[in-house]
Amino acid sequence: MAQPRTLFDKIWDSHLVDRQDDGTCLIYVDRHLVHEVTSPQAFEGLRLAGRKVRRPEATLAVPDHNVPTTDRSQGIADEESRIQVETLARNCADFGVPYVAMDDVRQGIVHIIGPEQGFTLPGTTIVCGDSHTSTHGAFGALAFGIGTSEVEHVLATQTLIQKPAKNMRITVSGTRPPGVTAKDLILAIIGRLGTAGGTGHVIEFSGPAIADLSMEGRMTVCNMTIEAGARAGLIAPDETTFAYLQGRPMAPKAGRWEAAVAHWRTLPSDPGATYDTEVRLAAGDIEPQVTWGTSPEDVVPVSGHIPDPAAVADVAKRAAMEQSLAYMDLKPGTAMRDVRIDKVFIGSCTNGRIEDLREVAALVGGRKVADSVHAMIVPGSGLVKNQAEEEGLDKVFRAAGFDWREPGCSMCLAMNADRLEPGERCASTSNRNFEGRQGRGGRTHLVSPGMAAAAAIAGHIADVRELSQ
Amino acid sequence: MEKFTKLSGVAAPLPLVNVDTDKIIPKQFLKTIKRTGLAKGLFYEMRFDESGKPKPNFVLDQPAYKNAEILVAGENFGCGSSREHAPWALLDAGIRCIVAPSFADIFYNNCFKNGILPIVLPKEQVDLLMDDAQRGANAVVTVDLEKQEISGPDGDTLRFEIDAFRKHCLLNGLDDIGLTQQKAEKIEAYEARRQSAEPWLSA
Ligand code: SF4
Repeated sequence: MAQPRTLFDKIWDSHLVDRQDDGTCLIYVDRHLVHEVTSPQAFEGLRLAGRKVRRPEATLAVPDHNVPTTDRSQGIADEESRIQVETLARNCADFGVPYVAMDDVRQGIVHIIGPEQGFTLPGTTIVCGDSHTSTHGAFGALAFGIGTSEVEHVLATQTLIQKPAKNMRITVSGTRPPGVTAKDLILAIIGRLGTAGGTGHVIEFSGPAIADLSMEGRMTVCNMTIEAGARAGLIAPDETTFAYLQGRPMAPKAGRWEAAVAHWRTLPSDPGATYDTEVRLAAGDIEPQVTWGTSPEDVVPVSGHIPDPAAVADVAKRAAMEQSLAYMDLKPGTAMRDVRIDKVFIGSCTNGRIEDLREVAALVGGRKVADSVHAMIVPGSGLVKNQAEEEGLDKVFRAAGFDWREPGCSMCLAMNADRLEPGERCASTSNRNFEGRQGRGGRTHLVSPGMAAAAAIAGHIADVRELSQ
Repeated sequence: MEKFTKLSGVAAPLPLVNVDTDKIIPKQFLKTIKRTGLAKGLFYEMRFDESGKPKPNFVLDQPAYKNAEILVAGENFGCGSSREHAPWALLDAGIRCIVAPSFADIFYNNCFKNGILPIVLPKEQVDLLMDDAQRGANAVVTVDLEKQEISGPDGDTLRFEIDAFRKHCLLNGLDDIGLTQQKAEKIEAYEARRQSAEPWLSA
């Protein structure tokens, strides 16, 4: 009998174009997503070398990082941002790459629109010049971020030079308690592994608490896998996956659909497949999470306190913690719930999907954002925005005092006009709390959408479980 | 890509863990459509205050380290975003080699595409080099890629490991795309196989 293989092994094996004697592999890339920030130099490289895009139809491009989230009819005010977006449009036209323009209803964050369009499919390899490409692993696709030189390599050859990753499995048993979301699972996992814990690995998430997640929740988990240093996250495709994909514009059409699903059913890891590393967690032990520092691993349950660096033996770790706390202007021992906030950001490729917005709407209906807080909601795509408006969620948000905006990356990294001012503190549903990430001197606390809503209403970090009672 | 063979240069100490790519080059410098000229944004928030005035103490701005070509850093260097602007900025500032106990995967990869050699050494050995690097202009370190050796100012030599293929490409300044295009027949054969096995993947 053949050796049992993991989901990762199966995708890897089926994408092998060539293997050199030293183990270096050439793997085929099925799907390539492109955005304006990490692609200009790649297209320029092609031009200089007189190369073409090998398979334009396997590529999908969209501007997201630089787009304004207010009225777009006047274009982009910032000149450099505008040039970058125009450069993408021109490059796509010159090289025949499908392009979703800023004024197209399908426009949105690259990792939201790939799945939405059915561009993301199980068993495929998907890359993008963006670390959060790991998001697409939720579909059982091997999806990872690459640098601009590799973007150029994929455009020219539809392949990548790689070495196989190690296999890690994280099994989450049991069921999530009320108020605990996919975001809390992944934050708790990163807290456990550390930001370098997954280095060199592809992490497969499994167990009942994972299988129980919607596609949106699975995308949230895989999205942040990169924050644990892993190359990619993976979740085996199942009925939930197929139901999400069926009928999407770029998903296989009737006639081919059945064959595709039959193939996708063969992808999950074989019984008895082995992993280089195994980690187990019980969902029942996890509380809503919140970060206190400047690395996603700096996480505590909402009922917790700011940790004390004095209790840490490792000198470098202690120094890093002290620096984090100084940057965050926080004191050891403070209850997380006593931390006041100025801004709330709900959106990003981590939590900018329709389910996230529904979760927020369900909590804030009939309530008001605290006077001291500016709270913005940025849908992940034009289609998410339309869907939310059809369901009347925008009215709930506006009535509660939220600022409802146009889709894009927005204050996740503050490349457009949306940003924190120095010293401002934000409860954010995005994925990175690095120094300056949301604006120079800005302080970020990563939370779930429900926790962000609770913070908006309370004016400080608050426990979503108390709000929903 | 420029070849990397042997380098003797000043090593600058940056004893921080988890130096993320947002820190190496913040977002406002990502709006460029070029690969060059990014040195001005390197470690920007550590070097300049809010009004854009230089801060006094950043290591690469000290006279002794102005011409540093090697950076010695803490664990998990280059974590976070995939932005290749990070190695571009380092290169633009003259850094050709980074030594750390560990690197984030994407950043590590990106270095090789730009003729930068990232060297992983056990933490104790990085600590020794960090001490050497504290010696200012006397912190001259020699890196020999062919021999896979790095030696400090006192001549003590450490061996480092590196993937054979990557070493070969760096030593010869090879262009990956050109190499892969030599395998065009294999790619075509693969595409034909795949088209019959999973026809739904093409439109
Ligand atoms: S939303 Fe944030 S993390 Fe996601 S692609 Fe945009 S900038 Fe990157």
